[in-house]
Amino acid sequence: MRDVISVLDFSKEEILKLFDLTEKHLNNQFRPKLEGKIVATAFFEPSTRTALSFSSAALSIGAKVLGFSSDEATSVSKGENLADTIRMLDNYADCIVMRHKLDGSAKFAAEIASKPVINAGDGKREHPTQALIDMFTVMKLFGQLENLVFGFIGDLRYARTVNSMLRILTLFKPKMVYLISPQQLRARTEILEGLNYPFKEITDVRDVAGELDVLYVTRIQRERFLDEDEYEKVKESYKVDVKTVEAMRKDSAILHPLPRVSEVDRKIDSMPQAKYFLEASYAVPLRSVLLHEVMTGD
Amino acid sequence: MIELKSGLIVSKIKDGTVIDHIPAGRALAVLKVLGIRGIEGSRIALVMNAESSKYGRKDILKIEDRTIEEKEAELITLIAPEATINIIKEYEVVGKRKQEIPDFITGLLKCSNPSCVTNNDPEAVSKFRTIVKRPIVLSCTYCETRLTEDEVMRQILG
Repeated sequence: MRDVISVLDFSKEEILKLFDLTEKHLNNQFRPKLEGKIVATAFFEPSTRTALSFSSAALSIGAKVLGFSSDEATSVSKGENLADTIRMLDNYADCIVMRHKLDGSAKFAAEIASKPVINAGDGKREHPTQALIDMFTVMKLFGQLENLVFGFIGDLRYARTVNSMLRILTLFKPKMVYLISPQQLRARTEILEGLNYPFKEITDVRDVAGELDVLYVTRIQRERFLDEDEYEKVKESYKVDVKTVEAMRKDSAILHPLPRVSEVDRKIDSMPQAKYFLEASYAVPLRSVLLHEVMTGD
Repeated sequence: MIELKSGLIVSKIKDGTVIDHIPAGRALAVLKVLGIRGIEGSRIALVMNAESSKYGRKDILKIEDRTIEEKEAELITLIAPEATINIIKEYEVVGKRKQEIPDFITGLLKCSNPSCVTNNDPEAVSKFRTIVKRPIVLSCTYCETRLTEDEVMRQILG
């Protein structure tokens, strides 16, 4: 039984094992099971796909699920603090899957809870299970995880999925990583300082489109901006359009953790590079395997 | 007694603490950390910008009838990493503490990120990991926000 707070809680070998089991699960060669177990989905911040995909993953392997999808429906709205809510969930469930708007909340919850805590997104910090899904998709598409060229475009400052991806790549030796964003949305120093591979900060995706194996797009995280004026200044500052995708190789891939707003032109959905719905389809099988691994330690 | 090259002489104290090797100009900050305002009644000697063969200039603080708690010593290291804390009994130095900047600093400083859990949950106590000792840079163990020496000084000195 273990906590999953950051992607760096895993070794490369553990990630490859998870991916191998997920592949086997997809091919009906491995059946994760959690009969008799209860998974709590504690979503203090609204989420559609992550919450539902964890619920579906748990139910599909025989676990029971309880939880909530916003703090309005909990005693938090009556003034209960996070620590007390976690103590209660710790009594009710065998594992707590938690999303919260506060940075560092998952680590704090893990210190309180005796049961494993899985971070389903904490503020602008990390979203480790999304990065596992993203990298599993990369492996399915390219048959390898190393020596690839990645471009990350969008809100690199507040997007927790990008932080987790940039960190997970430290285990997989990318050939080059382009960080593409307007100046105000550049990745934070504490993330960049931990990277052990070549990366370059640029502003225009068209400068590198032909080089990329993977273009990872994120929306602007409106909810993370403390200042609405700051958000207004950058909200339309980047977009992946048909012209950009035409400059990419046919065998390259566009990933997006979803939801998208206007940063990806919907005309791209039918182009061969658009892989974000395929990416989303791996969420349930991978999270089923992850829940099994976290709760059984097998 | 402390005899300085400038000729300034500060008399010995009977019991108490002498904090030596404070970076020049930071003795007042150390007094602030210790909550000493000068109205406590005990004798205090403060020497600023004294000559130091090791550091060029330094401050020295002598406080009668006062010991330094562990938490206070940790705070002193943050603003005066080279400081030596001498414990005085019957006019003699009976103990010398050369405090190292700790690897983790718990509960003393506030994370500068308003969205950090430590600023929003009454039970979440701040905890920083020291990532650079000189000049000091700390990283919040919860949200990874950095605190630089300027911010640390600003917080300590209020």
